[in-house]
Amino acid sequence: MAEITEVPSPFCGIGTDDLTIQVDGVLLKMVKNGCAVNTPAFEQAITDTRPRVDGKAVSLDVAVAKAAALLKNTNQPVIGGCATDVNGMRALLALADRSGAVVDNMNFTGARNNFLALQDSGWMNTTLAEVKNRCDLLLVIGTDLEGFSPRFFERYLWNEASMFLDDTGKREVIYLGKAPSGNASTSPNGHKAQVFECANQDLPDVVAVLRALVKGHPIRVDSVGGIAVADLQSIADKLLAASYSVVTWAAGALDYSQAELTVQTISEMVKDINNRNTRCSGLPLGGKEGDQTANQVCGWTTGYPARTRFSSGFPEYDPYLNDANFLLSNGEADALVWVQAFNADAVPPSTNLPTIVVGRSGMTFAKEPDVFFPVGTPGIDHTGHAYRMDNVVAIRLKKLRDSGLPSTADVLNAIEQAL
Amino acid sequence: MLIKLTGGAVYDPASGIDGAKQDIYIQDGRIIDKPAGECKVDKAYDLKGKVVMSGAIDMHTHIGGGKGNIARTLLPEDHRADPVARTDITRSGCGHAMPSTFVTGYRYAEMGYTAGFEPAVLPINARQAHMEMADIPILDKGGYVMLGSDDYLLRLLTAKKDQKAINDYVAFTMQAAKAIGVKVVNPGGINAFKFNQRKLDLDEQNSHYGVTPREILQVLATAVKELGVTHPLHVHGCNLGVPGNMNTTLDTIQGIGGLPMHLTHIQFHSYGTEGDFKFSSGAAEIAEAINRNKNITIDVGQILFGQTVTASGDNMRQHANHKHASPNKWVTMDIECDAGCGVVPFKYKDQNFVNALQWAIGLETFLLVDDPWRIFLTTDHPNGAPFTSYPHLIRLLMDRSFRNDMLATIHPEAQKMTTLASIEREYSLQEIAIMTRAGAARLIGLQDRGALSAGNWADITVYTDNADRQKMFEKPDYVFKDGELVVVDGKVVHTKWGTTHVVRPDYDVSVEKDLQKYFDRFLTMKLGNFTISDDEITEDGRGSLTVHPLKGSVA
Repeated sequence: MAEITEVPSPFCGIGTDDLTIQVDGVLLKMVKNGCAVNTPAFEQAITDTRPRVDGKAVSLDVAVAKAAALLKNTNQPVIGGCATDVNGMRALLALADRSGAVVDNMNFTGARNNFLALQDSGWMNTTLAEVKNRCDLLLVIGTDLEGFSPRFFERYLWNEASMFLDDTGKREVIYLGKAPSGNASTSPNGHKAQVFECANQDLPDVVAVLRALVKGHPIRVDSVGGIAVADLQSIADKLLAASYSVVTWAAGALDYSQAELTVQTISEMVKDINNRNTRCSGLPLGGKEGDQTANQVCGWTTGYPARTRFSSGFPEYDPYLNDANFLLSNGEADALVWVQAFNADAVPPSTNLPTIVVGRSGMTFAKEPDVFFPVGTPGIDHTGHAYRMDNVVAIRLKKLRDSGLPSTADVLNAIEQAL
Repeated sequence: MLIKLTGGAVYDPASGIDGAKQDIYIQDGRIIDKPAGECKVDKAYDLKGKVVMSGAIDMHTHIGGGKGNIARTLLPEDHRADPVARTDITRSGCGHAMPSTFVTGYRYAEMGYTAGFEPAVLPINARQAHMEMADIPILDKGGYVMLGSDDYLLRLLTAKKDQKAINDYVAFTMQAAKAIGVKVVNPGGINAFKFNQRKLDLDEQNSHYGVTPREILQVLATAVKELGVTHPLHVHGCNLGVPGNMNTTLDTIQGIGGLPMHLTHIQFHSYGTEGDFKFSSGAAEIAEAINRNKNITIDVGQILFGQTVTASGDNMRQHANHKHASPNKWVTMDIECDAGCGVVPFKYKDQNFVNALQWAIGLETFLLVDDPWRIFLTTDHPNGAPFTSYPHLIRLLMDRSFRNDMLATIHPEAQKMTTLASIEREYSLQEIAIMTRAGAARLIGLQDRGALSAGNWADITVYTDNADRQKMFEKPDYVFKDGELVVVDGKVVHTKWGTTHVVRPDYDVSVEKDLQKYFDRFLTMKLGNFTISDDEITEDGRGSLTVHPLKGSVA
């Protein structure tokens, strides 16, 4: 039995790397600094260790040959999930390039809200260490931050020491839209976050009014989305008075049509504040289960985020038409490869097409795929790299145990070679 | 396998060979002396009428790291105009302003380049820089780690720590980030921007730390020298793009007091304030100062007309420049109490007075600096122009009549504000070979590269001599990388993986104790997880590390 310290997590998105994990054979137990996201993700037991073809256990070679045979004569395969580490994504993109597949990260429809805003007007953003040391006002829009990331406040707001704030407990937290699910946002000295709730579909109006107030434009109504304009004015005043405010949101939580316009309004508001003689930054949340990793690796390999097709022999990005679910339901695909090395519960979409699953050991299926490769989890069964939510920091994932499970890259490289 | 390159005109400035007809022998990846006695040549290339140089080395090109990937993500429309299809031996991707990693490797190699160095590796983003560069085929690569706006260094300065403490920290960071040089970008300015300062002159204090850019340059240039790192401190100075910044640049040269210093993309730092538009060329004064101060080296950062994207660590200046964004979208980031970045698309126009004069200022600089060993050919890819424009730039330098024809087409007021038409100099092939090969290898401290004498790695480019230098340099007949033929007639025929060049200056390990406390209290990662291990470069079986020696003994 061994205890491994300073273990980084690819699961929580905020780059937690102070975990202590006890390893007993292939059993893991979180000993220190666990949370509702990380503890179950690390502790999940291994079940399958052998690949299956049509439900029967086979050798890796046989499964690889079968997978290659299934892909060989396809016209439009789709590779979905795309939840793996950097090397896994490298192999996935090599396979996609060779087989002319569509590549689509499973969280892309949420992330698209950010990409569309970024690609239309850009943004001014920051990263977690800047938050930890500089942020004097955190505005959370449309997101239950502690539900998303249980240790965010403990690690990055209520940290004991900060380089530029005398007392981190005096930071202000304001929620706009969704209310927090717990009390993590209450400061250690008992100061509670301000909460201004509204329905998700009212967020576009609410955020637009807040931006107008930041710019000093007159507003002729008294309330918007049930929030008093006077309250929004007080938020605007605080943003302009703060030295280094941070505005955060989770693109996936803005689950309404054309939410990219909300992200754009937020991002343009951040720019406006920087033109009013103070600093302010955006902080888009994400980074879970390899979503930032998929977009980063696809970005440098193709020039585009991870909703890109190779069917013309070169990469083509389309944030709508390359949606895997859309292609499957429209009958535009003829095979599915599902790659999910982090989360055994994230199973492939239901389809009658030939299906190859490269999934975390422990994944169970309503309908057995044609080929199933149980693979190791990056950061548990093998080393690797994963991106944090702030997209700048790639964390070095550790190998914690010898499970003998192949990595995503091992399997996908073997299939590509077999083609 | 013994390869013989027969009868080419060899331009090998490192060996003092200037166009002599010579045979070159290659075995096991390296150049060897002519084997004694009878020997069987496995493959011979008849190079009569050809020009032979070592593989070109781009000593300042943004090919790896977060800001480049932001630039890629920001500009899908630019990629759509230049799709690159897969072939049996090459991967698909995209080109133009900020190409995908695979295409970066292919296109550099297809121009005869065999190495590129990323000049702005943020310590906290170094992993990404190396991972991206690991996906650039054929080329060797390396990076200069960025310091000078990191809070740790500024705290050391405020606490009046001695030079040894700075040296230890710099050496630790170089090793942790796997670097071959140290760069400073807008010294202290990226940090000052986080405190809402919008400009920072050479002697202006950071509002929190009270430290000036001049002090930062001094301690970092000293550290690099005392650690024995060959590449001098790589400096992106204060006030990039600001009219009148030539005075800051002259002051920076004077202020460094004779220490080795490399001033990068100096074109962007050579502006005066004369004329009707209050924007003029400072190239003559800057070139004069460089000619006089032998401790200074520069690269130009030439702009060429057309669409590109600027990606810089200098978020302070990039924020100020965002109003010129074309198309109108841009990104800045504050990063991890470490640094920052700014990405602003630019379209340089020959009929825009400022852009036209920037073009002329770069060329004036090339032509007025006397010593080709101290000036390097760059566009600061992609900031002045994509690297694929190098053959055009070489023609501008080598062909006066072509240059003057181009000059006659730019904004008429800019033509009046430049001395370019009166400059007669034309670069020779040997001078091009110095700037893009021998000089670059010497400046970076690359052992066994950038030269064609026995013992060097066989990175070799063969061109057909052509009076149209653009045509000549954009399509080499052959390119060999480590002795393997990778390009024929300007097309990749074979791919391989290059190495990552680093240095490993020593440091007192006690610096890690203090850093560990700092990381635990203020940063978001454990120190042990910050340091990049050798495995991370080599574990996929493609990457390798090449460690270069330090200069002399540590002072």
